[in-house]
Amino acid sequence: MSRGYAGKFLEVDLTTERIKDVTFDEDTLMKFYGGRGLAAKVLWDRLGDRWEEIDPLGPENILTVFTGPLTGFYPGVRVCVSGKSPQSNGIIGSTSSGEFALELKCSGYDGVIVTGKAEKPVYIFITDDHAEIKSAEKIWGELGEKTVPWLVRESRKELEETKLKYGKIKEPGILYIGPAGENLVRTACIVQKWTHACGYGGYGAVMGSKNLKAIVAKGFKPLPEVADMKRMLELREQIISKLLTFDSMRRWGTGSGGYSVGARLSSEPVRNWQEEWHDERSYGVPSFDFRFWVKRYWSDFGCPMTCMKIAVIKTGPFKGDITDMPDYEMQAYLGPNLGIFSAEGGTHLSALCDNLGLCGIQTGNVMGFAAELYQRGILTKEDLGFELKWGDVQAFTRLIEMIVKREGIGDILAEGTYRAARKLSEIKGRDLMPYAVQVKGVALGAHGTRSGLDFKPIAYACNVQSGDHTSSVYDAYKDMDMVFADSAVFCSINGWRIGYETVWEFARAVTGWPTTRDDWNKVLARRIMHIQRAALLLGGPDAKWDPAKDDDNPPRFYEPLPSGPHKGKTTDRKEFESLKKQFYEAIGWDENGIPKSEVLRELGLESVDKALEKLRK
Amino acid sequence: MSVGEKEQIWIARDYLRCSGCRLCEIACSLRHEGRIWPEASRIRVFMLFPGVEVPHLCAQCDDYPCVNSCPVDALSVDDKTGAVIVDEEKCTACGNCIDACPGKIPHMHPNGEYVLICDLCGGDPECVKACASVRCFAIWMAKEEKNVNHKLFARTPEEFTEDLIVNLYGEKGEELIKNE
Repeated sequence: MSRGYAGKFLEVDLTTERIKDVTFDEDTLMKFYGGRGLAAKVLWDRLGDRWEEIDPLGPENILTVFTGPLTGFYPGVRVCVSGKSPQSNGIIGSTSSGEFALELKCSGYDGVIVTGKAEKPVYIFITDDHAEIKSAEKIWGELGEKTVPWLVRESRKELEETKLKYGKIKEPGILYIGPAGENLVRTACIVQKWTHACGYGGYGAVMGSKNLKAIVAKGFKPLPEVADMKRMLELREQIISKLLTFDSMRRWGTGSGGYSVGARLSSEPVRNWQEEWHDERSYGVPSFDFRFWVKRYWSDFGCPMTCMKIAVIKTGPFKGDITDMPDYEMQAYLGPNLGIFSAEGGTHLSALCDNLGLCGIQTGNVMGFAAELYQRGILTKEDLGFELKWGDVQAFTRLIEMIVKREGIGDILAEGTYRAARKLSEIKGRDLMPYAVQVKGVALGAHGTRSGLDFKPIAYACNVQSGDHTSSVYDAYKDMDMVFADSAVFCSINGWRIGYETVWEFARAVTGWPTTRDDWNKVLARRIMHIQRAALLLGGPDAKWDPAKDDDNPPRFYEPLPSGPHKGKTTDRKEFESLKKQFYEAIGWDENGIPKSEVLRELGLESVDKALEKLRK
Repeated sequence: MSVGEKEQIWIARDYLRCSGCRLCEIACSLRHEGRIWPEASRIRVFMLFPGVEVPHLCAQCDDYPCVNSCPVDALSVDDKTGAVIVDEEKCTACGNCIDACPGKIPHMHPNGEYVLICDLCGGDPECVKACASVRCFAIWMAKEEKNVNHKLFARTPEEFTEDLIVNLYGEKGEELIKNE
């Protein structure tokens, strides 16, 4: 059996209610590891020959929920979900932290493959070598705050009945969706622990389309055997010691970014990216910390970083709101991007998105888009039903509720920025795409390229995960480290803080495979990225990308910055073109951005090559 | 052993400081099982609501109700540390000690063969070191006389949760508990 792996995967067909174990041979695991890599392999093998016809929200789509060999061992436990994305129409590996992955592995499973569609709302309950489909009718429509306690209670009750005299049964790990996913909102995420989201990709809507409210796991087994326990533990100790030296990350998480990314780097979205600079001290980390943080050092299993912080609003109109920190991306997108500079406002909207199961990045982006249209008089009070002014927390609260319920304008915005912009362009009879800050269907992470101090010009444009900032392209090789974090499935921040040579040493101690970082960069990562690229370019049925046009930044990223110390700067188109060319060449794509035939064949990806033939003309 | 007889080790605790990193479980299971095995750890961190972490471990009551409940004398008290020691050979996994414990703290080894109770690692508990290593100090070593207050920590995770959730989440915490 492969080391680091529990040894089998669970496959659940919700249409037929058939459940079975599946395994992958060692050669496949050595090539794809798990998580994003294995998802690309499984999705391509099963859906590749008819990729363009697959409706991401149809029963024919497949949801993968995979761990990897490093999950639970390397500090920072995460799970990676994937499928055909209802945002990019390609394959996105979308990860979140939390104990679900640990509990799944301790149940004897490395992952779950979900196919079909349940007739009525269900959840999948997994424990040691066993799984069942159970009714979720009682929690369908419920917020995260109700969903989690209900599933904890039901699961413990069930386990207490089967494990007599065991003693107290611990809570399970739970992956779930809120009302947003149920209503097929394309900006819906899959959530753990109320606040930790697999955001990119829109997989909350995929779960919703399958009538799948949650996947719940409680395992009683040990983590799997590793190849060299002594070495793994030695490295683990070194890694933990080094992680503990990153003091401000431990103290603030990414929650200091809401101020500093704008003030220092001029790369934070402000009013739908019309600006990227602000110097609002009211949005600094102490305003969040001292007023709202009730747990300042919060972690997931096995991680010493404690970069999570629980924020609670205990007074005023938003009393009872609970969120995590909010972290930088939430702070930015649900704060300055909406013209909001109060910690209370940002915390409230973040808590609201968490509870409803909305991705704060995608939702904050589409709301910023709507608010800019309002600013420009393109969307009116009549269109919206109310005024949508920058900084109006109540108005954005209302808009979020409309998006989740798909009411009025919310029904259009629920399609995400790209699709909403297309639709509104049609309705308004003018091209609104210049205000849509997205790349290939995915709203961008909250890091700009214009000041030249933060992300590289090709960060989103060449990314096989579209606008995803967690796997952004600096150059081909750095991105491959991220592909590894998502495939071996651990926290990529804990990866780059340690350095990937050490991470690879750790990986060899766990798996016993001799694979090096060089092997990964030259061969293995490319295979995964080529499959992702092919799926993205094939797209369909409702969205299709042309690299000549779509491997680019949104128009806004070429406007000069209007304010701040870097006023006047913008993304250098020449530099962009040159970096894009370098990236294409380094990874093995032709001048049109299509993976080269000989490159694919050398990697054994004949079926990918064949599928791309029609795009090469 | 009676109150005030001598100083012993007690694992003191501040659950509000628990980050939920569960390095204590990793350390405990490595020491006792040679594996990372959270369910076989003698300390288990419960999280019945997100963010409400409750490290659940032996409170070392002064009157040892678990020891007294054992029908086969599988449990004894370590003279030096005051820890409850499980004789894995003798234990029949009857569960009496779990019932006798006010906090329902002991639990079965996942192999089902014997009960697990914190043995204080012979006086140098690995969980405490793990917690200190990440500077959380949710648990630490206190050398003090047995104290009636110690037994107050023999509470169920549910009981601790009812208090902690209000401390953390205020009125919202009360509401969440009421819905249970």
